[in-house]
Amino acid sequence: MAQETMQFQKKVKADLFESPDFYNIDDLLTEEHKMIRQAVRDFVKREISPYIEDWYEKAHFPYEIVRKFGELGVFGPTIPQEYGGGGLDYIAYGLMMQEIERGDSGMRSTASVQGSLVMYPIYKFGSEEQRRKYLPKLASGEWLGCFGLTEPDFGSNPSGMKSHFKDMGDYYLLNGSKMWISNAPMADVAVVWAKNEAGRIKGLIVEKGMEGFSAPEIHGKWSLRASTTGELVFDNVKVPKENLLPGADGLSGPLQCLDSARYGISWGALGAAMDCYDTALRYAKERIQFDKPIAAFQLTQKKLAEMLTEITKAQLVCLRLGQLMNEGKATSAQISLAKRNNVEIALRVAREARQILGGMGITNEYPIMRHMMNLESVVTYEGTHDIHLLILGAAITGIPAFK
Amino acid sequence: MKILVCITHVPDTTTKIKFTPDNKQLDKNGVQFVIGPYDDYALSRAIDLKNELGASVTILNVGTAETEPTIRKALALGADDAIRIDAEPTDSYFVAQQIAAVAKQNNYDLILMGRESIDFNGGVVHGIVGEMLGIPALSPVMKLDIEGNVAKMAREIEGGKEYLEAELPLVLGCQEPIAEWKIPNMRGIMSARTKPLQVLPPFAEDVLTETDSFELPPPRKECKLIDPDNVEELIDLLQNEAKVL
Repeated sequence: MAQETMQFQKKVKADLFESPDFYNIDDLLTEEHKMIRQAVRDFVKREISPYIEDWYEKAHFPYEIVRKFGELGVFGPTIPQEYGGGGLDYIAYGLMMQEIERGDSGMRSTASVQGSLVMYPIYKFGSEEQRRKYLPKLASGEWLGCFGLTEPDFGSNPSGMKSHFKDMGDYYLLNGSKMWISNAPMADVAVVWAKNEAGRIKGLIVEKGMEGFSAPEIHGKWSLRASTTGELVFDNVKVPKENLLPGADGLSGPLQCLDSARYGISWGALGAAMDCYDTALRYAKERIQFDKPIAAFQLTQKKLAEMLTEITKAQLVCLRLGQLMNEGKATSAQISLAKRNNVEIALRVAREARQILGGMGITNEYPIMRHMMNLESVVTYEGTHDIHLLILGAAITGIPAFK
Repeated sequence: MKILVCITHVPDTTTKIKFTPDNKQLDKNGVQFVIGPYDDYALSRAIDLKNELGASVTILNVGTAETEPTIRKALALGADDAIRIDAEPTDSYFVAQQIAAVAKQNNYDLILMGRESIDFNGGVVHGIVGEMLGIPALSPVMKLDIEGNVAKMAREIEGGKEYLEAELPLVLGCQEPIAEWKIPNMRGIMSARTKPLQVLPPFAEDVLTETDSFELPPPRKECKLIDPDNVEELIDLLQNEAKVL
């Protein structure tokens, strides 16, 4: 035991991450925000960093992390405490996502799907019975949830979806399939979007074990390898009528969920960028070439200075967006700007950081290549880089280019 | 059972220490403060005892208002309430006086703290408090179980361990692995907001020591790396340059 503790402490010690704060943005946070950030950072250093490279290499989703996240309280932090949520504000939620994705984007995906895409719609569109039945168990991590919107032929164009259900009197009969669903293979609960007979998009809560429902895993991913991704297949699934989300009607239901999740991603991607920057800065100060640390060379300083500039801008965007979210004033286009920008800069920071580390940058001794591969998913999921640009274009001109 | 946990508010262990220009005080600019790591272990054990035996846990800190975030973190970890003695913790005797005065008013069964603070590393407060209260003080305690009115402990001694028992009440200076350090969860952080934090003026003002000045250790000398195959050069340098062989 003592030896295990020692090894563990050694590993914890190895993760020296500190977040940059060039513009004293911490002064704009409350003591509680800082305590929350530190708690999640300590959690990541203890429960994720020592193991993540191994999980990633083996494409292993550590299911026990779900309970641990639940105990920590990162599932549904903005949902009221009476339903098991945290009753916290959106800045606290953002800081949690920043710290978890600093550890790994796949871990953050698990948390943001559970909170923003499963708990949020049940809270926002669900009946009181549905809230009481599902939210406490999802908050505690007893149950894992997933969100089914994307289909094999309908990604950026979800309104074309084929999944549908029929009113059979006592129940709904659900048919169709969903693709690229985070958490799907291990999920106990799926919030599924499908069309009713009138062609309106509605939300249904589908539970594991319902006859005709399966969630095969998608293998061979080179990204988000420590999180599990699957399909959802509905073959004449009888869904009880009380499982329909009464408050959601049309595409705006799932889009509101995505707004909440994309907001979390804009903080999360910032976390991944910070980890790459922090790693590259430490490395540059230690790595000696031509008898001096490579941090002494102008081209290394250029890379570091540009990384810090982009990170600082992204921090300010996140914080202001968080304030707007708290006031209920954030628009979808504002969220698109943040998600798009922050993932893009995170990818750029990761690539520059990788170069600073030279050959070491491609190994799993350092987190950079893993972040880079993860971010290739993050730049595409929850609205692709291009779609977010077009959402901005539509907001600026009033003319949607994707219709 | 009533437990008092005394915590220090100290610079994070990774802080690069600087002093004010007169070298009399720590330059707190840009320094992040944390609960003393040894105190953190003491607190973790107290919280475990609370969960195992139903104890109440009170936090005590001697410090100015700037220590309150550190106290709130201790409350977030599961302590029930806190007392802050509103004064600079100038020396060990001064701090021990405050702890003893609080303890006299409240009859704690256990007074736990770290084996030493990690800023000034005095390591004597527990002993002075024990003496002032007329109860046993032990340190460094690395294992603590309570059975009825008896504490069963393991203590680190030169080259080994000592197992001992003593009746409550006790003052203990703690160190790892007395408990696994804890991370506060969101529920704890939220509830810490509303837990009682009492601020009291110091009970006594006696300070027995005064700091003349602090001095940083000399910067580390340049390190020479020698190829593992080149043992001859290593021996030569150890003999002729370092003169240690």
